[in-house]
This record gives sequence, C-alpha cells and structure tokens, in this order.
Amino acid sequence: MFSSAKFTLTAAALLIAGGAFAQGAGGKFAGVGRAATDKEVAAWDIDVRPDFKGLPKGQGSVSQGQDIWEAKCASCHGVFGEANSTFTPLIGGTTKDDIKTGHVATLKRADYPGRTTIMKVATVSTLWDYIHRAMPWNAPKSLKTDEVYAVTAYLLNLADVLPADYTLSDKNIAEVQQLMPNRNGMTTEHALWPGNEFGAGKVKPDVLAKACMKDCVAPEKVVSQLPEHAMDAHGNLRDQSRLIGPQRGLVTDPNAGAAAAGAAGAAAKPATGDPATAAIALTQKHGCVACHGIDTKLVGPAFVDVAKKHAGKTDYLAGKIVSGGQGVWGDIPMPPQTLPEADAKAIAAWLASGAPKAK
Amino acid sequence: MNSDPNQRGRLRKAPENFLDQAGIRTVFAEGKRGRRDFIRNAFAAAVAGTAGGSALAQANPVPAEGGDPNILTLPPWSSTLGKAVATDGYGLPSKYEANVQRRPSPGLTQTTQASVSFAPLQSLFGIVTPSGLHFERHHQGWVDVDPSKHRFMINGMVKTPMVFTMDELMRLPTVSRFHFIECGANSGMQWGNVAVPTVQYSHGMLSCSEFTGVPLITLLQMAGADLKKGRFLLAEGADGSSMTRTIPMELIESGEVLVAFGQNGEMLRPENGYPLRLVVPGVQGVSWVKYLRRVEVGDKPWATKDEAVHYIDLMPDGQHRQYTSIQECKSVVTTPSGGQVLLDKGFYSINGLAWSGRGKVKRVDVSVDGGHNWKTARLQEPVQSKCLTRFSLDWAWDGKPALIQSRAMDETGYVQPTYKQLRDVRGTRSIYHNNAIQTWLVQESGEVKNVQLG
Repeated sequence: MFSSAKFTLTAAALLIAGGAFAQGAGGKFAGVGRAATDKEVAAWDIDVRPDFKGLPKGQGSVSQGQDIWEAKCASCHGVFGEANSTFTPLIGGTTKDDIKTGHVATLKRADYPGRTTIMKVATVSTLWDYIHRAMPWNAPKSLKTDEVYAVTAYLLNLADVLPADYTLSDKNIAEVQQLMPNRNGMTTEHALWPGNEFGAGKVKPDVLAKACMKDCVAPEKVVSQLPEHAMDAHGNLRDQSRLIGPQRGLVTDPNAGAAAAGAAGAAAKPATGDPATAAIALTQKHGCVACHGIDTKLVGPAFVDVAKKHAGKTDYLAGKIVSGGQGVWGDIPMPPQTLPEADAKAIAAWLASGAPKAK
Repeated sequence: MNSDPNQRGRLRKAPENFLDQAGIRTVFAEGKRGRRDFIRNAFAAAVAGTAGGSALAQANPVPAEGGDPNILTLPPWSSTLGKAVATDGYGLPSKYEANVQRRPSPGLTQTTQASVSFAPLQSLFGIVTPSGLHFERHHQGWVDVDPSKHRFMINGMVKTPMVFTMDELMRLPTVSRFHFIECGANSGMQWGNVAVPTVQYSHGMLSCSEFTGVPLITLLQMAGADLKKGRFLLAEGADGSSMTRTIPMELIESGEVLVAFGQNGEMLRPENGYPLRLVVPGVQGVSWVKYLRRVEVGDKPWATKDEAVHYIDLMPDGQHRQYTSIQECKSVVTTPSGGQVLLDKGFYSINGLAWSGRGKVKRVDVSVDGGHNWKTARLQEPVQSKCLTRFSLDWAWDGKPALIQSRAMDETGYVQPTYKQLRDVRGTRSIYHNNAIQTWLVQESGEVKNVQLG
C-alpha cells in the first residue's frame, strides 16, 4: 500500500501531464503523448543546418584539432585524412583555385580515381553536424562542442582551406563557408524531389524513354560481362541458389561446394567450444575487425602477422589490446580498447597460438 | 544410357541424386557426341565440386524398373511419426533452404558495420520479402533498442514539442500498407560496366514488406505543427550514426509517410530499425530512418551528411544533384537471371519484379532478343502504389542464346530507360539512381550471364 501523501503526489503529476497534453494535442487522442521539456529537447535537438541554425557557441583551433585527430581519428582516417584502406579518403583532390570558384574542377574529370569528402561537401555545417553526431566511429557523440570545432578546423587546414593558426568558432564559421571548395557544386534542378520545392513541377524527368515494341533499334554486341577469373569473386554461386526449381546456381568454385555447405550448416548451430571460433567472434563483437583483417593488413596489421611476431606472448598481447600502442607496426596509433578483461585475454591467447582459423 | 522416349533429351537421373564416376563418364561421352551440350558444361562443373553432394539436374525420366523409386518406395517422412508442435517456438525455414540467405558483396566495403547485405531476389516468390532476408544497409552497425526505453520526439516549428513512448504510439489508429524499399545505390556498381554475377548483387538492395504504423501527419497535427511555414522535416535515428535525412512536407501531408513498428505482421527486425522506423514510400531507403527517435519541422532542408556527402548524384558537368530522393520506375527479371543454369530446353515462366517510386506499375514488357522485339507481360495481382509488382511471360527456350530484358512503365507514363538512354544524360559516375534495363544472356550451355550491350 502506498501512503496518502504519495498518492497525492502521483495524482498531481498526472494532472500536470494531462494539462500539458491538452495544450499540445487538441484532445482527440486523449492520454497519448505529452509535452517535451526544454531539457529533453535540448538533449536531442543536435542538428545544425547550412544557415547554422542549431550551431552551439564555441571554438577550436587547428592545432587543438590535430591533437584530437591523432588520438581519436587518425587510426581510421590517416594522419592526413588520406586513409583509404578503411574509409574513403576525406582530403585531397581540391585546389586553391577551387576555393576561389566554389567548384571542384577534378569532379569534371572522368579519369580522376576517387572522390574525397572535401571534393564533394558544399556546406561546412554538414562536417560539423556529422562529426558531432556520429564520430568517432566507435564512440559517437563523445566529442565536446569545442572539440568538434577543433577537428573541423584541422580537417579544413589539411584541405588548405584554413591556415595553421586558425581558430574556428560560431562567429567566423559563416566566413569559412565562403571558402568551401565545392560550395557551388550542388544543383537541385532535377525531378527526384517528392515535394514542391527545388525543381519540382518545373523540371521533368531527365531521361525520357519510349516503349517501342517491334523491330526496335537496339545494341547488338555484348560489351561488358564479368571476366572468367572474376566469376568466383562472390563465392560459389551454386551455394547461393535454391536446390530445386527451374534452374540451379552456376558452379563457380569447384572446390567450394562441400565446404560451403558445411559452413551454412554450422552457422545454424550454436557456437562450438572451438577457441578460435570464439576469439574471432570477439574480434567482431569488439570492433577489432574495423582495423585488422585476419590475414590482410588494413589500418593495423593482419592478425596472422601479429601472431607471428608475438607467438606465445598472451599477457603482452592482452596488455596491448587494453592500453593501445604506437610504433610496433608503424606510426598509426592503436587507441586503447574498452572490453572485458576475459575477452582481451581470449583474443590474446588466440593470437599467441598463431591466430588459427575457426573450425 | 536409357533411350526411353520419355526422357525428352534429359540427362539420366542418377540414383539418390548422386552421379557416380561411371555416370560422369557417360555424361561426358554424351557431350562429346554433341548432344546436350547446353547442360554438359555446367553439369560437369557441378559434379566436380560436389563430391557426395546432390547432382545438379533433377531429371524426371521413367527408370528401367518401370517407376520412380521416389514413388515406388515410401520415403521416411511418409512412414514415420513427425515432430511435435512448437518444436521451434519461432519457426525456421526448411534445412533444404539453407542456400537462400542475404549476403554481402566481397570487397564492396572495408568494414562490416558500414556495409550492405543483399536480398536473394533470385529465390523469392511474389512480392513480399521475408523479414529475415530483407536487405541490410547500416551506416554504423545495427543495434537492438530496448523498446521500453525508446522515445519518439517531435520538435521544431510546432506549437508543443512532444514525446511519445512506444506504448503510446501503439495505442493510436494504425494503417498497414505494402511498399518497396530500395537503396538509392541499388545497381550502383553497374553504372560503368558489369561488376557482379547475380541479381542478388545487381538488384538486391531492394525489399518489400507490409508495414504497420501511424501516419506521421497524425502525430505532427497532435503537436500543432506549422504546416504552412514548415515545409521540411528532419528525421533522426537513435543509433550511433543518428542518421538524419530531410523529407518534404507534401509527402507527409499525403498520409503516406508512416512512423512504423510493424513489418510483415510482426515487429520490425532490429536490422530494419526495431522498434520504430520511418516509412517513406517511393523514396530511397536512406530516408526511411531506422531507430527513429526524433522528427523536427523546419523551413529549410538540412544538408545532412547523407544528403551532402553521400546520396548525391554526380553529373558529367561536375555538379552533384542534391536531395535526389524518388526511386524512378525500374524492373528486373529474376528468373532466369545471372549466375543460374537452366536445366533444360522447353518451357519457362520468365518472371521478375517491377516498381516505381511515383505510383503503380502500369505495364511491363519483356524481350528475349536484346530489346529488338517486346511482348507485354502479365502483372500478378495485387498491383499497388510504390510497391513491388510481380510480372511473368511464358517462354519456350529453343536452346539458342537469348538476351532477356524487362522494361517497366508506371502510371505517370514514365518508361524505364536503356543504359544508353540513361548514360547519355547522366554519364556513368552518378553511383545513385541507376534504373536502367538489365540484360541477362542465356547461353547455349544454359548458363545465364550478367551482360551489358553496346
């Protein structure tokens, strides 16, 4: 039983909630939803628009940004934003001339190999908003406001948009917008917006085909198909098709049949006691595989290479996983990892035993 | 080899679906005499790779003993007691269906958290995608949100910012509708050339479900949204990426945009946004924000990361089209399709899927000669707006090479373009919104290849 005092409190709370609801909802759906408090809205309303609506006050310098970058960002994006083994490069492909015109010239070149973020993004608010809401990759929303300014400033310094002694703030960010290399690179003149804004209503669909039915002009030659050697790049296609019906999957890997069938069967079963299977699952669970391949070097060394170098050294490896490090495998640091000690030990033991494949 | 006329040119069926060494030699001998070449190649390869596995062809001859042993001898499932009810509290597909899985494309992405898995369109019937086979696109990994702690907020240009619990949202009147969802980058790997072998990888960022939820306009009205000035809406997710996209108010006012929690009669799957996602019919999947935690009404678009860095379409003049959202009319033949082997000459029901982000599919034409001549296909009921439509056309394959295509038209009169028509306007570097006509080459061997014509 609750006391009468508690009861009164509860009733009062209900009344307040009810009153707020009546204001907001107009009553048709009585009792559903309530007014959000200012504190709640402030906690979630984090978006920043191109006109900087929503941008919190603050500032951060290029050099502060560099420190944060090297500690929290470089492991995936490279010290100079150039990393392309884990993520698409952020920086590169823009010139001083682009900053003048607001059009990135390399975007016109069909032969240019890739598109970096700075080549594409027209709005500095986009960088700020995204870094703030979603970075770092494995700890989104952990950067403070001033740190977001600093990282944004450092990126723009890498792109030769801002000088090394620059401090970016809510006061000068609108000026920085006028330096974005691709700020004039967007168009909304198309028919793919399902609203009345932009080109809608004025712009017709850009590709207008007709439905010819008989003796139509059509190309005669096969000009593109997968080369033979690439047919098995997606695995054995036979194992990706139903076993009955009007057709089968093509056998693209004569050696894969039995093994793949076994793997499919194994996937449906609960995990076995195999320590390699368990350790590999842990590397996936704790995001290790974002930077390490089993037998390929990504940002960090391949697990098999670590295993070779540190065979038998379980404790050393467990320590390295938890504390991170730099220099053993190159300049890109491995950040300290947060995971249960038992998991770190299990992964370390697997590495120390030669990183064997799952059974 | 059995010379019974009932064999109709088929391969001899091996006992227990297993072709022994003698059988293999027979097949090769047959092949060398120039008969059944179309099936020999694929069959030989299959046999080479499936020691002890089932044979490729499920031929249907009358065996010498005067009847099929599968008929003459009762199988165990006809002569034993079956399993109990609720053996699996949540039922599973047959073990014989283990090949039917959603799969990633190797090398497409470097991380498994910002990645894609493709729905096995080649193995699906009708228009509904089983929830467990729905394609996946995550930007920062998928999460399993505790629904009792999930909140949905409305703020911005509203009279009263509001919050809702799942309990409250699920009390409101709901609608259930079938819609397709297609990633804007579906078929994106094929803008320049053929890059993948099967329809799973060429078109599998496509799924279709019955979604159940509350029309977003109902909730905006409860909050007193300023629909006159607030012509844009930002949707935001509760996961690590907190995905954000701008949605036009016209579409929301139409009542089509749903705040959904149901998918194919059950709750959304975690990979698809459990417990709450936005459903934006006709619009590319990235706008269907998963783990939906907040919408904000505003008077300008937001240029979020996924509408300012990604999901922008590069045109030949170096400009990017921004806020491209509608998935234009498109279709693809799923049977037969790339990476398959036809088992025999004779009758096939060519069939596939058609859809349009602008409304209903009006017509689908199919060509087997690479687009020179077309026949109008049957459309399977129901034909619904912004929903997959299954089409089919009867076809007797004569064993000669064939180039199979489908071309859809929607109720606005828009006709799905060829690669040439699409590239003449948009070039080859757009990544997004490739809705060109797909070509499958059926070779004499029965093997089906993904090809582009020029």
